[in-house]
Amino acid sequence: MKQAADPAKERYALMEKIQMVDFALVELTLYLDTHPQDTQAIQQFNQLAVESRDLKSAYEQRFGPLRQYGASFSGYPWNWGDSPWPWQL
Amino acid sequence: MWYYEKKLQYPVKVTECNPRLAKYLIEQYGGADGELSAALRYLNQRYSIPDKVIGLLTDIGTEEFAHLEMIATMIYKLTKDATPEQMKAAGLGAHYANHDNALFYHNAAGSPWTATYIQAKGDPIADLYEDIAAEEKARATYQWIINMSDDPCLNDSLKFLREREVVHSQRFREAVEILKFEKDRKQFF
Amino acid sequence: MYTPIKCYQPYHGPFDPCPPRGTVCYQTPPNLYLGFQPPNLQQFPIQEALYKGTLWPVLYDPYPTPLEKGAKR
Repeated sequence: MKQAADPAKERYALMEKIQMVDFALVELTLYLDTHPQDTQAIQQFNQLAVESRDLKSAYEQRFGPLRQYGASFSGYPWNWGDSPWPWQL
Repeated sequence: MWYYEKKLQYPVKVTECNPRLAKYLIEQYGGADGELSAALRYLNQRYSIPDKVIGLLTDIGTEEFAHLEMIATMIYKLTKDATPEQMKAAGLGAHYANHDNALFYHNAAGSPWTATYIQAKGDPIADLYEDIAAEEKARATYQWIINMSDDPCLNDSLKFLREREVVHSQRFREAVEILKFEKDRKQFF
Repeated sequence: MYTPIKCYQPYHGPFDPCPPRGTVCYQTPPNLYLGFQPPNLQQFPIQEALYKGTLWPVLYDPYPTPLEKGAKR
C-alpha cells in the first residue's frame, strides 16, 4: 500500500478503522442494554472490544493518546494537547 | 465519571465555507430537539427511572455528546475563516455582533438554550415517551436540514445522525416494553 | 405492510395563494414496525455499518427515501 508513506493518510485510514469498530460496539451496547441475555451479541461485543483496544494502541503509538485520565499512556513530552483535535481533523 | 476520547464518532467533512448552513445546523446544537437537549434529558432522567433502563439512558445520553461534537465540528468547519461580510451575508450578522465566530448554545432563530426544552416527570412511561418523541423530532429536524442543504459531504454526516435517531427511538420503545412486562419474564413475543 | 414513506394530497382551497405542492409525504421509519428486536438478525459488515448508521439492515432507513420509478415526492 503506497499510503504508508504519507502519515496524514495513514492517520485517517487508521482512525476510520477505529471508528468502524467502535461504531459496532456502540450499536451492540445499546442493543445489549435491552437484550442482556443475547450470548452471541455479547461474544461479538467482547471480540470487537479486543479489536478496538489493539487498533487504538497502534494509533496511539503513531499519533499520540486518544483517551485521558490514564486510559491511554503518555509520550514524552506530555502530548495530549497536540493538534489536531477531532474537529480539526 | 466520563472519559473523553480524541476522536469523532463519524468522520465529518464539509465541501465549502458556507456559514448559511451553519446557521441552520445550530438548531441541532442549542435547539429544543438538538443534541445538547438530548444528552442532558437522558442523563438527567437516569436518577428516577427503574434500574433496568438506567444503562440504556446512560449510553444513549453519552452517545448524544458525541453527536453534539459532530454538530460543533460541522459548524466550526462551515464558518472557520469566514469574514464578517460572509457571516452577515449568511444571516449571521446578529450572531457575529455578539459572538464573533464562536459557537453558542442557541437555536437557528437565535433563542438561547433553556432547561425548559427537557422534561423529567419522574414517571417512567411519561419520560420514555418524551424520549421517543424527542428522537422523532430530532429525526424530522435532520430531514428539514438535509432538504435545505446542497453540501453532499455535510449531508452524508447528517444522514448518519438521522439514522441514529431511528435506532435510539427503537431502543427507547424496547425500554417501554421492558417496563410494561413483569420482572424476569421472557422479552421476546 | 411496512413502507418507509406515506403520501397524501392536502386540500387546496380556492384562496390559497401559493401554488399547490401536490402530493405531500411523511416518513414512517422502521422503528415504528419492528417491535422488540428479535435476536440474531442479519448484520451489515463492520466496515459498512458505520456508513449506514446502524449495524442492522432491518433498522436502516435511507433518507431521502428512494422513490419507485415515476413516483413524485
